[in-house]
Amino acid sequence: MTARRLLPMTALAAATALTLGACANGGAQNGPGDGQAWYGGESNLTGELEIVGFGLGDEIAEVRHERALEALGPEVDVTLVEGGLDIQQFLSAVAAGDAPDLIYASRAQIGSLAARGAIVPLTDCVDGESVDTEQYREEALAQVTFDDEIYGIPEFNQVQLTMANSELLDAAGVSIDDVNGSDPEAMSAAAEALVQRSGDDLQVIGVDSKLPEFFPLWAKARGVDLLSEDGRTANLDDPAAVEALEWAVGIYESQGGFSAVKAFRDSADFFGEGNQFAAGELGAMPMEQWYLNVLNDVSPDAPLAFDAVRTPEGEPIAFAGGQAWAVPAGTDNGTAACRYATTMTQVDTWVEAAEARKEARESEGGVFTGVLTGNTRADEEIRGLLSDADEPWQAGIDAMYEANEAAVSMPANPADAEFTRIWTDAINGVLAGDAEPADALATAQEEAQAALDEAWAEADAE
Amino acid sequence: MTTTQRIPPGAEPAAVPAALDREVARGEGGRTMPPPSAARRRASRRNTLAALGFISPWLIGFAIFTAWPIGYSLYLSFTDYDGISPAQLTGFENYERLVDDPRVGQSLLNTLIYTALYVPSHIGVALVLAMLLQRAGRSAGFFRTLFFLPKMTPAVAVGVLFLLLFNGQDGLINEALGSIGIQGPYWTTDPAWVKPGLVLMSLWSIGSAVIILLAALQNVPRELTESATIDGANLWQQTTRITLPMISPALFFLAVVNTIAGFQTFTEAYTAFFGAGGDSFQSDAALFYVIYLFRQAFEFFNMGYASALAWVLFLVIMVVTAIQFVVSKRLVYYEGGQK
Repeated sequence: MTARRLLPMTALAAATALTLGACANGGAQNGPGDGQAWYGGESNLTGELEIVGFGLGDEIAEVRHERALEALGPEVDVTLVEGGLDIQQFLSAVAAGDAPDLIYASRAQIGSLAARGAIVPLTDCVDGESVDTEQYREEALAQVTFDDEIYGIPEFNQVQLTMANSELLDAAGVSIDDVNGSDPEAMSAAAEALVQRSGDDLQVIGVDSKLPEFFPLWAKARGVDLLSEDGRTANLDDPAAVEALEWAVGIYESQGGFSAVKAFRDSADFFGEGNQFAAGELGAMPMEQWYLNVLNDVSPDAPLAFDAVRTPEGEPIAFAGGQAWAVPAGTDNGTAACRYATTMTQVDTWVEAAEARKEARESEGGVFTGVLTGNTRADEEIRGLLSDADEPWQAGIDAMYEANEAAVSMPANPADAEFTRIWTDAINGVLAGDAEPADALATAQEEAQAALDEAWAEADAE
Repeated sequence: MTTTQRIPPGAEPAAVPAALDREVARGEGGRTMPPPSAARRRASRRNTLAALGFISPWLIGFAIFTAWPIGYSLYLSFTDYDGISPAQLTGFENYERLVDDPRVGQSLLNTLIYTALYVPSHIGVALVLAMLLQRAGRSAGFFRTLFFLPKMTPAVAVGVLFLLLFNGQDGLINEALGSIGIQGPYWTTDPAWVKPGLVLMSLWSIGSAVIILLAALQNVPRELTESATIDGANLWQQTTRITLPMISPALFFLAVVNTIAGFQTFTEAYTAFFGAGGDSFQSDAALFYVIYLFRQAFEFFNMGYASALAWVLFLVIMVVTAIQFVVSKRLVYYEGGQK
């Protein structure tokens, strides 16, 4: 084919493609492709809705998903891509203009995604669907609010409890009050009293302070926010934070060092009936509340004791985590995405799902330990569904709700992944014996502040 | 005397038989003839086009999936790019930042140490296994398959397997060491033992190196070793004076490819130590260069900086490979007498 003939054919093909593309855009009834979707309870929903990062693993998910599908109506074709959200894949899809319509992400990632323009504000969504944001937990809302805009609809809430083996505590002559953090010196002493060895091998971990992941919890217990309320200033080298780290690392050192404890921890059957509590291999540790359900399910007869994690003043404390629904930039069906997310997190939906969970647990002869959500009203109603449970489970449930009421969080910020990585690396260096706590946190402070400054400068410029 | 036929004046070049064309090209008396005829040029062009047509799927794939990304990453290395917003040119800023970043030095040092342990151990163990296989007789085929099978295991599975086998408390390796009275180290958590542990684990997939060396060993002329035996050379002398020089090209090949693989090591270490992500424990001793690059690109979305890191790694590998080639001139024996 000669160039003379090729040129007009190419132009024709391009014109056809452009025309068809324009038709396709014109045909989209559920929001334009630039992420500026329109919302409203009266919207007639049609089209496709691709959801990524959410799984139908249990009745809580299944019941809510069914309610959300009902709210969308029969004209919306929903595709659920189950499994965790792959951020790399997601960002590539956004960059290529082929993003899913709705994602289920960790609340800790919302700030970074919002700062990069990968997700869109949901202020219009919650207004359009008449959602009262007052119902969301303050700490959950803080994690999904960036630059005064809501970028995510809070989902589950996670908090930490103190969990212990009561028989080991009794044998060592200590109590749950000695391992809940309320008396740091007593907790260090309890770790030494509880630990058991055979030669160089650990037989029982006395107390696991769960570093590096729970360092923010121990720092907060001493009054330090590792990140300021506005998300712009790091406080990693605060003397109280250094003290918290020295204390938490010291707990490992008194038991043969972090390497020994970690190796023993890794060898455990964490989710099975031979878990370390049931096997009598772990004295105490702080852990997220979902593990209460695991223990009740796989080792209901294990000798357990529960309490909230406490500050040296004896007050309960927890660091809230969890997920959120977010709408990617460039979605073709923002209206349906908004409807799905808000329906999934409505009070009635949560309660119906909790009732299904309660029925399932009771039919199995287990204990319904409740569900923590990012919605205070849902939490209140679900708590009303709980029956009195036998000990130690009732103590666990009480501790969970006590911790939930005291939970705090880190604010959304545009460098959340780097900030977390920097303080985690600092603690890893200390645990590996490469650095002293004060030096490691001083270096981390410089790196973290530089990362925050750079990220905020870019975010503010946009 | 060469028999030649004259081409009639005005004859169509395409009609000239190929044999005649060859004769014409050779010329009378074997003299070099003038440029080939138009017919030959056309035939040659047709052949070239046909060849290009046959390999075009690969060429197109290479251009789209390799050449273009390589070139684009070079451009990105001079930009500030987060994967979504348009890339902003920043000159050499990424390369300057790289010099000041302590994690780059740390990860590069980790990688160098790992490679220095990985390459000799990989080749050494493969050589021993290949020599044993050569003497295995009829069962060689069975063992060859046996050694190669682990190579089929996905690298991610190897990473998980590492954590199980090398657990300091009750891993199989320490259980075995314990049975002979040796207290094994905390392979997965003690920084001093993380890299040796990973190197030992990498021996799991040594099969292809064994096969390459076995093929090389089987090509060593038997008469050489027989002559040496008659002359009174013992096994050590035969190995060091005959076998190793004769298989030195294969050893050199493995040294080069394993060095590159060592510098690019990622999957097993990432799965074992960084797969949990977030705020979980991650051993700095396993922070290899490519893992740090991946972290910058896909955890922090610093695609421009990650591209600069990739190009620096490329240059480092180029330099190391060039050094290996220079050194090989003195150490590698090629058949035909060249050394």
